[in-house]
Amino acid sequence: MKKYRIDATKGMEFGLYSLGDHILNPLTGSRISAQQRIQELVEVSQLAEQAGIDVFGVGESHQKYFASQAHTVILGAIAQATQKIKITSSATVLSVLDPVRVYEDFSTIDLLSDGRAEIVAGRGSRVGAYQLLGVDLQDYEDIFEEKLELLKQINEEERITWKGNYRAPLQNAEILPQPKDGSLPIWRAVGGPPASAIKAGHMGIPMILTTLGGPAMNFKHSVDAYRQAAENNGFDAQSLPIGTTSLFYVADTNNEALQGMYPHLNTGFQAIRGSGYPKQQFAQSTDYRDAMMVGSKELIIEKLLYQHELYGMQRFMAQIDFGGVPFDKIMKNIEMIGNDIIPAIKKHTREKGE
Amino acid sequence: MKIVIISGSIVGTKTKTAMLKTEEIFLQKYPEHDVQLLDLADYQIEYSDGRNYIDYEGDTKYVTETIMNADALIIGTPVFQASIPATLKNIFDLLPIHAFRDKVASIVVTAGTAKHYLMVEQQLKPILAYMKAQIVPTYVFIEEQDFLRKEISNDDIIFRLDRLAEDTISTFEAFEAIRIKKDEAYGF
Repeated sequence: MKKYRIDATKGMEFGLYSLGDHILNPLTGSRISAQQRIQELVEVSQLAEQAGIDVFGVGESHQKYFASQAHTVILGAIAQATQKIKITSSATVLSVLDPVRVYEDFSTIDLLSDGRAEIVAGRGSRVGAYQLLGVDLQDYEDIFEEKLELLKQINEEERITWKGNYRAPLQNAEILPQPKDGSLPIWRAVGGPPASAIKAGHMGIPMILTTLGGPAMNFKHSVDAYRQAAENNGFDAQSLPIGTTSLFYVADTNNEALQGMYPHLNTGFQAIRGSGYPKQQFAQSTDYRDAMMVGSKELIIEKLLYQHELYGMQRFMAQIDFGGVPFDKIMKNIEMIGNDIIPAIKKHTREKGE
Repeated sequence: MKIVIISGSIVGTKTKTAMLKTEEIFLQKYPEHDVQLLDLADYQIEYSDGRNYIDYEGDTKYVTETIMNADALIIGTPVFQASIPATLKNIFDLLPIHAFRDKVASIVVTAGTAKHYLMVEQQLKPILAYMKAQIVPTYVFIEEQDFLRKEISNDDIIFRLDRLAEDTISTFEAFEAIRIKKDEAYGF
């Protein structure tokens, strides 16, 4: 775990992340400017740090309704604006980028932030980046596997000799600058079903698993499959961290949380996926066994501890700004996370030292 | 309410004839509703490649968005090789898995003979149920012998189409009332 800068004796890490979505606020019908949205991301990272949140992530998306296309640039600004919070992508769409360039960028952020940078590499769940940057969707799967392997190799070796199908070969290449401690924590972003989790385990790379909603138990299969695949391929699964992510909204009562979150959730899904979020399903999310993190702080704590028992993850990442949630609501969420949720979670998930 | 009538084939005349008649019934009897006929023969639609429907362009985007914005669908299909035509299946493949949630779906079938009368029960209804449609249970099955020179000549079919139109609207109104009541109970 040390290689991944995780100290289990401090308890499960709690992080916030944004996809940088830039959607109108359904309650006011208006949308803030891209400039304000980007500046608010930096501000939110500072508030998160002050509240004792462990990690802050920004992901990239290259189409309408998003403002964080240049996520590494935003993460660079966050590196300057903060002192101790870990900084990660959430995720970097590696398939459309050059792994060498990604490594250069994140090593630089690591140096700027004094060793706080991490990469979460994913395939992306939208097609915008592929169209814009000219990557053939037909090769979607092969491209990602090849690029992630190269990124991992760059992280582990000083001189790179490499040959593949989707990038020019490298001959004894030195990738500079090097990160502060010689390597970066690099995670693989995994959607719900076990197939990608198995690929992550097979590669022996830490996994960030999205658990957006529905029974938390459903995602247990992916966690087990990940660990099994790692063991089968000669890795020690116990030394590989797992993180989970979900949509998040906390309020004083469960009903207030449902009322506060629903318009944003529904508008966001409508804009990005073309169909809204079913109310019947959303109403079920106040059951502690449902993965979506919506409810009172007591319910959120119960959900997190239940999931920690199920998955044994080292990190939870909350998406608190989906669907145009305004800044004042984000501040209120961060306040409750810092004051009530993190202390309870840390207390109960701390690994006892010898 | 917004009613979209789909003529699901790009060849032949029977399905088109039946759906034009269906449109005529809606326009005459229910002028207060918004009715639109989508004849797939009028559009150049791409094969589904796994993208979200909002990521397509042109006719594909137009047709899928029109269907997604409907409250009720009257799906007209011929019988090809004991099944629905590929053109209609492609429309289902282009849409999200729960595309027909809160929508009513009614069915009109045209066929040469009655040989594949249960095709709808065995093939079309399971697809619509999976996509979460509220299906009007009875459908109108029209054979070759019910047509005469691009007109429906069997009065029984006309009466059945009348009832299908009425059932479509009643089913939508019933589920709409349930939905409103449930939304009030949720309180969000």
